[in-house]
Amino acid sequence: MDRPIRVLVAKPGLDGHDRGAKVIARALRDAGMEVIYTGLRQTPEQIVSAAIQEDVDCVAMSILSGAHNTLLPKVVELLKAENAEDILVIGGGVIPDDDIPFLKEKGIAEVFTPGTPTSVTIDFIKANVKRK
Amino acid sequence: MNLAERLLKGEKRAVARLISMVENHDSEAVEILKKLYHKTGNAHVIGITGPPGAGKSTLTDKLVKALRKEGKTVGIIAVDPTSPFTGGSILGDRVRMSELSTDPGVFIRSMGTRGHLGGLSKATQGAVKILDIYGVDYIFIETVGVGQSEVDIAKNADTTLMVMVPGLGDDIQAIKAGIMEIGDVFAVNKADRDGAKRTATEIEMMLDFNQSDWRPPVQQVIAINNKGIEELLDHIKSHMNYLKETGKLQRRRSENSKLEIIDLTQQKLINMILDKSKKEEMVNQLAEEVASRKMDPYSAAESILKNIK
Amino acid sequence: MFQKEKLDKIKESFKAYDEKVAETIKKRPERKEVFESGSGAVVNRLYTPADIEDFDYETDLGMPGSYPYTRGVQPTMYRGRFWTMRMYAGFATAEESNKRYKYLIEQGSMGLSVAFDLPTQIGYDSDHPLAEGEVGKVGVAIDSLADMEILFDGIPLDKVSTSMTINAPASVLLAMYIAVAEKQGVTPDKLRGTIQNDILKEYIARGTYIFPTEASMRLITNIFEYCSKEVPQWNTISISGYHIREAGSTAAQEVGFTLADGIAYVEAAIKAGLDVDTFAPRLSFFFNAHNDILEEVAKYRAARRLWARIMKERFGAKKPKSMALKFHTQTGGSTLTAQQPENNIVRVAIQTLAAVLGGTQSLHTNSKDEALALPTEDSVRVALRTQQIVAYESGVADTVDPLAGSYYIEAKTKEIEEEAMKYIKKIDELGGAPKAIDMGYIQQEIMDAAYNYQRDIETGKRIIVGMNKFKIEEEPPKGLLKVDPSVGELQKKKIQELKAKRDNEQVKEKLEALRGACQGDENLMPYILDAVRAYATLGEICGVMREVFGEYQQSVQL
Repeated sequence: MDRPIRVLVAKPGLDGHDRGAKVIARALRDAGMEVIYTGLRQTPEQIVSAAIQEDVDCVAMSILSGAHNTLLPKVVELLKAENAEDILVIGGGVIPDDDIPFLKEKGIAEVFTPGTPTSVTIDFIKANVKRK
Repeated sequence: MNLAERLLKGEKRAVARLISMVENHDSEAVEILKKLYHKTGNAHVIGITGPPGAGKSTLTDKLVKALRKEGKTVGIIAVDPTSPFTGGSILGDRVRMSELSTDPGVFIRSMGTRGHLGGLSKATQGAVKILDIYGVDYIFIETVGVGQSEVDIAKNADTTLMVMVPGLGDDIQAIKAGIMEIGDVFAVNKADRDGAKRTATEIEMMLDFNQSDWRPPVQQVIAINNKGIEELLDHIKSHMNYLKETGKLQRRRSENSKLEIIDLTQQKLINMILDKSKKEEMVNQLAEEVASRKMDPYSAAESILKNIK
Repeated sequence: MFQKEKLDKIKESFKAYDEKVAETIKKRPERKEVFESGSGAVVNRLYTPADIEDFDYETDLGMPGSYPYTRGVQPTMYRGRFWTMRMYAGFATAEESNKRYKYLIEQGSMGLSVAFDLPTQIGYDSDHPLAEGEVGKVGVAIDSLADMEILFDGIPLDKVSTSMTINAPASVLLAMYIAVAEKQGVTPDKLRGTIQNDILKEYIARGTYIFPTEASMRLITNIFEYCSKEVPQWNTISISGYHIREAGSTAAQEVGFTLADGIAYVEAAIKAGLDVDTFAPRLSFFFNAHNDILEEVAKYRAARRLWARIMKERFGAKKPKSMALKFHTQTGGSTLTAQQPENNIVRVAIQTLAAVLGGTQSLHTNSKDEALALPTEDSVRVALRTQQIVAYESGVADTVDPLAGSYYIEAKTKEIEEEAMKYIKKIDELGGAPKAIDMGYIQQEIMDAAYNYQRDIETGKRIIVGMNKFKIEEEPPKGLLKVDPSVGELQKKKIQELKAKRDNEQVKEKLEALRGACQGDENLMPYILDAVRAYATLGEICGVMREVFGEYQQSVQL
């Protein structure tokens, strides 16, 4: 059955810069995906609850506040606790290259830094969502 | 443990997965729903509709919070339109319900209409059943009010709440006819704005033509400040009491079920016509003939029906 | 401006030129079919007097320092003194930021610009659960007056001017600043500086809001009123287009939406009973500088002219200072690339020129590494040097408004003014900026522009050097600034110690007094100041206001 990929686009942390999140939300929509947008200031708990209830294939988080090393791994942990580690987790925003190996080790599948074309993110999601 | 068992145990992930399966027309989900259908019918299903920008999500958020204070559990289905061009959609209703996200007594699901006319997904009916089986006390279906969807809502809900805002002017006129028939309770949101009283009066005047013995109440609210919410909730509850006391609940549900059966039958028929490639070929062939005026569409339809048994 | 016969002559020769060009293009086509400005406006091949034929020097430009201020707000502009080179800085603890400020002053920075961390900007103490991972990250963490005392230790507040990027809790931080000055023996009338205090653009673009619109507007007008009496040299608001542009708006939208916000503040203050000429001279603005230098210069000039006309005609302001739009500029953060970060130095230099040619009053230049992390001391120095080179070596600061009279610049100035005015009219029709924001109109317009911009980059229609063209393989940059993750723990400990040490009875009393005032309609500033002096924390003060006022609900447009 052909079905749209469902993606939760979330902004963890306190920063209010949602241009990136909204642009990616639109790009994913235009690529035929169903995007659930959560709005600003989402705690890892809220993100994971939403991901479970919405039965998404992917959680895409945008963060520019610098709190990525704390918040992104926490989302992965909480998903595991809910037996939902099959959900693909990706991140984007102002994230220094130095931090990326740490984030990947913690289970964030990919990190997209500024300047990444939206098509790259779209292709990555299509290629890596686990449930076909 | 299979999905049905997990659903009965109250596992949120199973609820979520089943809703996806219903959305994707998965036959396994239909089998589960057949088996567990007898467990539905306990939740009070409330449809919320109204023009875009009326504050439906915020109002839902507040109503649900009030119900949670009473210890009731709630399911919310928020429907947004799917783009007819790309098949994609952005579902943004959760933004206004952020705090409910982590409440264990609340389950929120966003749905795209996925090409169904009328703005209300067919899968909504399935999702309602799943949440009903899951055991919530109340189910809210929220949808944008553009044209047909208000009527669709009424087919799914016990109580239909129409949300209006002052200052939309012509929009009220435009959906007047629909309102008359399907609104069980009216809310005028953003009642601190100019013209709120006038909007309320206009609705009251339209309701004066109402023939039913249930006079839909019109409640002014300011959802964002939590004003008028308790009163609105009381109206919703009294509508349910009215339905029960007058026996109209059974009648209403039976009407809704009839519509659902007809819908499903139609769907099955269309599938029978179109599913088999050979038959689709035949339809295409007939379409050519109709287009080139070799045949008329009425006879074409009749010849298709003759071909299926 | 132009004699009719001469204009006719020009039009004739333009026609001839156009025909000749058509021939040339057949043989050798131009690089593009349509040329567009940085914000997507069509740019013509050639501008002549015919493009500004209705132009009137006296009414459209006038002299620098007088109405309508198109050419600048001071008569001599940078021949008197340069713009204030104001570098936005702040991170980690008050101690570390204090060190950075002293370094910047030593390096020739003329004013301080304080960046606060996100918990501070949203009114949470460092020990709040939502502050997890955020403390000290994008700015300095300030939890109470105790932190503020350290932040300005050894910096005489009667000598520097301080800009604070703080909005929702601006009244609290301003109160802390006043209280620190008191301890230094400096009276409030000597204090110079700016608080951003622009909540509308937080709802539109930046996201660090706390309270609903109405309560926020009350806090802002309370500050206007209090400062007009007690802190007369303080700029009580910096109405910001910067973040609107960063969110993806066009140049004309930046002007239109920012001035629409400005109109809302003026209206709120007048409604609160203030006389326009008592507070309007203390209004200031904050704009972005992008790479399209000519469009940007026109933008600043259009903003000045339009604001002057609005203040005079719409609000009947009498004082010249009420009509003069003064503004701070920051170079465009969103124009910086993470790829080949050295290229950003060049971008910032171009943007610096735009801001200076456009007559800015102060300027922050971004550092090359800001698309990657907070800037290091070295990269901040290069950014500051960029301003100094433009000031001392380029010559552009030696004559006032040097680009005036350029056919393109004047036509563009007019075009931006007209487009901005269209937005303002539309917003007026919707009931003013707060309502237009509530309906999501402004956010939607910006989002559409942002998405178009992104698509132009991805289709290659718009070239970003080093990002979608002229790419190289590169190593990840080294030596980025890292904020010590233990800052959060440190701040938590400081709060615990403070709470053990202060007079908690007094804190409670002052907070209850504030609560009472919030429920009534008195000016809140004196109550906030009292609570601050008693070492109530930022989170406690904002907490009381949250309880009374509630919190803003985001309107999302996608």
